Amino acid sequence: MTAAEAVGVIRFDRVTKEYPRSGTALNDVSFQVARGEFVFLTGPSGAGKSTILRLTYFDERPTAGAVRVSGVNSQRATRREISKLRRRLGIVFQDFRLLEERTAEENVAFALEVTGAPRAQIGPKVSRVLTQVGLAAKSTAFPRELSGGEQQRVAIARALVNDPFVLIADEPTGNLDERATRGVFQLLREINGAGTAIVMATHDLDLVRNADYRTIELNRGQIVFDSAASVEPTA
Amino acid sequence: MRRTVRDASATFSRAPLLSLLSITTIAFSLFAFGLFGLVALNIRAALQQVEERVEIRAFVADGTDAQAMAAAAGDIAAFPEVQSVDLVSKSQALERARHELAEFKDVFEPGILPASIDVRLKPGFRDPATVQRVSERLKSYPFIDDVRYGEDWLVQLYRLRNIAGVSGLALGLAFAAVAVIIIAATIRMAVLARADEIAIMRLVGATDGYIRRPFLLEGFVKGVLGGLLALLFTWMGMHLIDHYLHFHTVFFDPGQAMLGVAAGALIGVIGSAVSVGRHLRAV
Repeated sequence: MTAAEAVGVIRFDRVTKEYPRSGTALNDVSFQVARGEFVFLTGPSGAGKSTILRLTYFDERPTAGAVRVSGVNSQRATRREISKLRRRLGIVFQDFRLLEERTAEENVAFALEVTGAPRAQIGPKVSRVLTQVGLAAKSTAFPRELSGGEQQRVAIARALVNDPFVLIADEPTGNLDERATRGVFQLLREINGAGTAIVMATHDLDLVRNADYRTIELNRGQIVFDSAASVEPTA
Repeated sequence: MRRTVRDASATFSRAPLLSLLSITTIAFSLFAFGLFGLVALNIRAALQQVEERVEIRAFVADGTDAQAMAAAAGDIAAFPEVQSVDLVSKSQALERARHELAEFKDVFEPGILPASIDVRLKPGFRDPATVQRVSERLKSYPFIDDVRYGEDWLVQLYRLRNIAGVSGLALGLAFAAVAVIIIAATIRMAVLARADEIAIMRLVGATDGYIRRPFLLEGFVKGVLGGLLALLFTWMGMHLIDHYLHFHTVFFDPGQAMLGVAAGALIGVIGSAVSVGRHLRAV
């Protein structure tokens, strides 16, 4: 285990994020996520949940402070290092973000192709993750032919295919009905059970209450509650 | 490389209309440039033909010894600017005048026209200053009475040539700039049409180079196809002009035609690089 992993695979150190137009989105936020941990990010709209996720996959950089993910530091990371890091992260969105003109298996294979994976490995890996998310029978379906829950499963399969050490999910059940929500959440629990850390932003408080996972609650860009006893909230 | 080719060709098959539009836009931009180039080429060819007629005529005093004339002609032929020297005797001068000015042939009487040494200059030495310099040297021969080279006409010709050259360059640059802008905008449309795909590629860890390569290949192919189409349009345009306006026009030689297509390819690649680069910096 490296020094970075010992202190958490994700580490926010006094992170502030300001936008020129909308002002402060995060204000002096610090926390860590350990390897294999499941963390809910909750809070009202505009509290800073999505900002934390975007900073985690380096879509944005902090205005002040530092974000470290698996040893990659936001203050020094090059675009190439960020690309390499993202291959080891799984990212899932509320709106799925699938390529409409590609089938389910092509969408999943896409994430392997960009890493330059050998062609011989792509087919078996894609089949494995589509089976894992319960969509082996619909591998040749286009996104428009799938339900919302199924599309999200394809997105999760795409996120899993590179064996990520952490899966970042921004409101993954936000567009789903209750039944699909339960199915997708169960899938995320299984993925976490296999050792992948999960950071999930959600509005769904029922989901949060019924699961015994760490919860970080945000309000107006600050952490107002962190269920992990070892981490002091910053506000 | 295989992935680059596959992704680039997928763009053509997934969005055939947009691809066709891009190629046609590139073709028309280059066609406008090509037509202009053709006009410039033909003006230059016409001026060159006129220039070839630049001639210095040194009139020889009556009674000059033929040997002295021949010796002088030999000297003059050795000038670095000189292409050819013709000795024209009095009788030949009369013959030529009667031929060139047939309606006055009865006016010319034997012995009325002087003998001359006619000098033609090499290409690149037909400008007014050189012509004047050579004329002065001819005048220094004692038996030369007078030297004529159509000074006013030559100055006008060179003024026309300079105006054509400068305005041609300015218009050519303007046409090229318009072509580049239109082509970059066309490729930007293709990039924006794939903005979602690019965003997802970035999220799953594609490097900038990986994202850029298919677009560069696409720009190259569109540039080459647009260039070839423009060449075809220009060729058809030339034939229409030949057919309906009865001008004998000169077309690009194979080297120039290939240069035009290569320019299309280069503009396609640069336009793609700029458009994708701008987009990648923004995501």
